[in-house]
Amino acid sequence: MTSDETTRRDFIYVATGMLGVVGVAGLAWPFIDQMRPDAAVRAAGQPVEIDVSSVEPGSAIIVTWRGKPYFVRRLTDAEITAASGVTVDQMKDPQPADQRIGGPADEAKKDWVVVAANCTHLGCIPKVVDSGADGWHCPCHGSVFDFTGRILHGPAPINLPQPPHVFASDTNLIIGTDTAGA
Amino acid sequence: MSSLEHHGTYTPTSGIGKWIDARMPLPRLMYDSFVAYPVPRNLNYAYTFGGILSLMLVAQILTGVVLAMHYTSDTGLAFTSVENIMRDVNHGWLLRYMHANGASFFFFAVYLHIFRGMYYGSYKAPRELLWILGCIIYLLMMATGFMGYVLPWGQMSFWGATVITGFFTAFPVIGDPIQQFLLGGYAVDNATLNRFFSLHYLLPFMIAGVVVLHVWALHVTGQTNPTGIEVKSKTDTVAFTPYATVKDSFAMMVFFAIFAYFIFYLPNYLGHPDNYTEANALVTPAHIVPEWYFLPFYAILRGITFNIGPIDSKLGGVLAMFGSIAVLFVLPWLDTSKVRSADYRPWYKLFFWIFVADAIFLGWLGSKPAEGVYTSLAQIATAYYFIFFLIILPVLGLIEKPRRLPNSITEAVLERNRASGAQQVTGSAAASPENRG
Amino acid sequence: MKNIIAMIGAAAVALTLSVPGAFAAEEMAAQPTHFPMEEPVEQDWSFAGPFGKYDKGQLQRGLKVYTEVCSACHSLKRVAFRNLEELGYSEEQVKSFAAQYDIEDGPNADGEMFTRPGLPADHFPGPYANEEQAKAANNGAVPPDFSLIAKARGVERGFPQFIFDIFTQYQQGGPDYIHALLTGFGQEPPAHLAVPEGLHYNPYFGAGVALAMAQPLYGEDVTYDDGTPSTLDQEARDVAAFLMWAAEPSLAERKEMGFRVMIFLVVFSIFLYIAKKQVWSRVEH
Repeated sequence: MTSDETTRRDFIYVATGMLGVVGVAGLAWPFIDQMRPDAAVRAAGQPVEIDVSSVEPGSAIIVTWRGKPYFVRRLTDAEITAASGVTVDQMKDPQPADQRIGGPADEAKKDWVVVAANCTHLGCIPKVVDSGADGWHCPCHGSVFDFTGRILHGPAPINLPQPPHVFASDTNLIIGTDTAGA
Repeated sequence: MSSLEHHGTYTPTSGIGKWIDARMPLPRLMYDSFVAYPVPRNLNYAYTFGGILSLMLVAQILTGVVLAMHYTSDTGLAFTSVENIMRDVNHGWLLRYMHANGASFFFFAVYLHIFRGMYYGSYKAPRELLWILGCIIYLLMMATGFMGYVLPWGQMSFWGATVITGFFTAFPVIGDPIQQFLLGGYAVDNATLNRFFSLHYLLPFMIAGVVVLHVWALHVTGQTNPTGIEVKSKTDTVAFTPYATVKDSFAMMVFFAIFAYFIFYLPNYLGHPDNYTEANALVTPAHIVPEWYFLPFYAILRGITFNIGPIDSKLGGVLAMFGSIAVLFVLPWLDTSKVRSADYRPWYKLFFWIFVADAIFLGWLGSKPAEGVYTSLAQIATAYYFIFFLIILPVLGLIEKPRRLPNSITEAVLERNRASGAQQVTGSAAASPENRG
Repeated sequence: MKNIIAMIGAAAVALTLSVPGAFAAEEMAAQPTHFPMEEPVEQDWSFAGPFGKYDKGQLQRGLKVYTEVCSACHSLKRVAFRNLEELGYSEEQVKSFAAQYDIEDGPNADGEMFTRPGLPADHFPGPYANEEQAKAANNGAVPPDFSLIAKARGVERGFPQFIFDIFTQYQQGGPDYIHALLTGFGQEPPAHLAVPEGLHYNPYFGAGVALAMAQPLYGEDVTYDDGTPSTLDQEARDVAAFLMWAAEPSLAERKEMGFRVMIFLVVFSIFLYIAKKQVWSRVEH
């Protein structure tokens, strides 16, 4: 057997083996891909519009978008004052209160808070405690958030995230987009 | 492995290899079973279906598991969940078509595997248990295939389930209670769908278990081969790896190419349009037909249109159908010939090929409406089916004069190659692959 | 003995071949029992064959026929508006198309159901609230849902046609059937045929001599946006193609992927064959 022949033979075996690897990898993809959210789930993730006219200062509703709950809370003047009074060294993830409080564009007074209702620690829904700056307390592992959703203490590492949202009118809130009229 | 000689033995070289080998010699078992295991050197491509079937079983389980992630076994949602798979799940259409056509190709391969076993007398002593285990796998496959066909909850699913569970009502007294027990109600309904889903998920793993026994039994006796003569010396065999592995792999890829052709270009060719209509308990489709792989048995079932003594035609049809499968289990004792391979049995060879044609013919008849000349033809074909097993096989073994058998596999190979003048390998290497190193 | 068997075999073959003919002769005289009475004529479809794909213009025309004619009685409940992007519409066009429909949603905070404009994620609403209403409005015959109709209808191909179909990749039985049915109305039934009162004769109907649906398309039923003349044949063809898309939206992706997979499998098989040859060249077999 010449060495040329040996080389040719080895080439065939190696190439065949490589093709086998490519084939298995290609075949594996549909099996992995099917785990991702399907087209219907993705399409259902579009913005939801909610009538919030019934929400009074000091109360909140829970709204579902993409299968997850969101707090839509209207703050009282006392709560706004308490939130504004939180100092940087009290916060783990410092953020000014006015960035987290919003409202309809044509309203001068901003007193709305729209944040995720799942604790940023491991996903439980915090309960209202309302004592001083403390707003929400997570029953699972004890994280405490103020009423703008900023983490004050406990195991949660960051503030409750704000979903994209916009007030289409004074009474209608859209969660899932930050551009009105979409 | 008494009479079989191994090609090399397992000797772990690395430290980890030795450590594992002393504690749980799984690598040794794998090496002995799939590397050094000796296979007859004269196996042809008809012997590749065992490997193909193993792979098909794995493929069906894999696609089935991922489909079950999206399927809902509720009569109100089953059809919709399947359509969700087809339309919205990423690559869902591919996975479903793979699974649905995979069932057909699984049966296609198993039929070729069975016919190969019949042609080369693979069921004869000492391989009776191996054959019976195979028959059990086939039965489990039929149950799995039938229940899987019900899950999409189309019209054929529903009416197929109604008809097949109706078989049991043929038995007097106990028939109706058995049917209600199987259905979990008075008709095919939610309880039926749920238990069929559960069992359809379970049975493939039972099949896998019996496959392990099947392979175990095979590795005790060794494979048959086209001559039907047992392995006598090391020169009769080659090592499983690389010889059988590369040959099986090639056969698998050719098989998969045909399989892929159906998945991508003819995905609904083997299905029935009526199953794209959601199940409706008030409307029966014009022609109820089972999946193609059940058609021969369906033809036998419908062929019995007459009463046989105290047995009415309905029970007779059901008994004939069950009998046509049961007869496979006793095949090792029906064939009285001492010669295994049909290559050396001219008459058996002829009747075997008629049997194959008869089985295909029965399948075609099963797809036709049960009326007029089709029924008569089905009766003739059914008669031959049973005559083949119950009369021809026992009698032929006693009166047939077989051709001269070669002394060994090696002799048969060399004789044939000399005769055809093909592929001469020089020197002693021809006789013993081991000398080549 | 071999001769006898050969004779039996030949007789069986002859008998088999003569069977369909015998049946056909019987059918001429009596009321037929097998349907359809006439086989659909095979049409040319852009989505046939190994490289087939949908003609988007045709699908858009078919959508128009469906929405302006068929949708009065037939639902399309498994197709979502968002799927219409596959017909070549933009996201905005789909949004405004969906918004034309009233979708029932709810209950709202007061426990009432309400209607709102459709969104892309919604499915086509049906013309009837439930099956009973559909039945009552159509003399007891429920108009079938159209989402899968192109795959739920077909014609029996018979031997040996079904073997040729493997090589020609014939999978267009559904659209052929729909086209034939839609263009097959208005013929005089043969004199010996009894057409039940209130039904409409159509020799291409797959489940009887006549069906409950009256001729739905006559030509000029819609005005196509692309200026294609809306003849009966054109409308039937377009809506059949649209319904095939509705039933099998992944068809083009499937065939495209199939081509790549087939090439791979053939190349891999060739390499395995050469490897097998090399391995086995070491031993006579």
